[in-house]
Amino acid sequence: MYTFLLSKIEVGSHYYINFSESLHLHGETVFVSSLVVFVMSLFLIVSTSNLQRVPSTLQSLGEVVYDLVKSIAITQMGPSYYSQFLPFIATIFLFVLGSNLAGALIPWKFIEISSGELAAPTNDINTTACLAILTSLSYFSAGLKIKGIGFFKRYIKPAPFFLPLNIVEDFSKPLSLNFRLFGNVVADELTVAVICSLVPLIVPLPVMMLGLFASSLQALIFATLAAAYIGEVIE
Amino acid sequence: MVDSTIAAASVIAAAIAVGFAGIGPGIGQGNAAGQAVEGIARQPEAEGKIRGTLLLSLAFMESLTIYGLVVALSVLFANPFAG
Repeated sequence: MYTFLLSKIEVGSHYYINFSESLHLHGETVFVSSLVVFVMSLFLIVSTSNLQRVPSTLQSLGEVVYDLVKSIAITQMGPSYYSQFLPFIATIFLFVLGSNLAGALIPWKFIEISSGELAAPTNDINTTACLAILTSLSYFSAGLKIKGIGFFKRYIKPAPFFLPLNIVEDFSKPLSLNFRLFGNVVADELTVAVICSLVPLIVPLPVMMLGLFASSLQALIFATLAAAYIGEVIE
Repeated sequence: MVDSTIAAASVIAAAIAVGFAGIGPGIGQGNAAGQAVEGIARQPEAEGKIRGTLLLSLAFMESLTIYGLVVALSVLFANPFAG
């Protein structure tokens, strides 16, 4: 394995924490994603701990997030089933949003580590693959739980010869979720890095703003698609 | 050291992957944005809803380009043929 180094842009180099020959962690990803989980949990706990009729700023923010996630879940899954899957959708949304914003907002460049660099956890394809596989598992379990054995009828849904197509779809769904999120986050960072290497001042700022916007949109899209996939099997 | 033929081919392949992946979504996004403008011109009060739907669908189309980018990145940075 080798990596090209084009004007200090690194893709695919990590700070490895080795446990044994074949088992290792990507240290920077684990660190930043634990930070994201911690901050998001803290935000949710603080914003819902002291509920008032006239909400404080933090509580209003929590309510906005709740309304957004609930409207995604209701439009995709219908009013009778959404409440079972709302926690999952909300978790996905908050984690992806938190990690994308952590990568875009916090100036990680100030912290030097020996190899790789601190960035958004979704910058690592393993994180997004994990999220996509979780989505895939959750729609299987949702279908089996709600429809029972009748869940497998959807594989021969329009006509029996659609069976191979439907099976391929089960693999292509997590793959496309995975690549969409990973590609968008990496594309943002690469664009900023390339423009920074050409013109380091002021010019990258609008691109960074676009990246901030696009990364919050990606969180919305990931949550919407996860909800849509679950809604598709339980309808 | 990397075989220089493989390196050159990888760079060309990456450029072609991104370039061709940009064509289809470009046409699609243009169509979508044009239709959205038409919709807003016809019904200015529905602007908010149209904008939300437009952004969401643009991001979906964008992801097709991103697949090309992922292929280009894996060819450049994680090339399976470069020993």
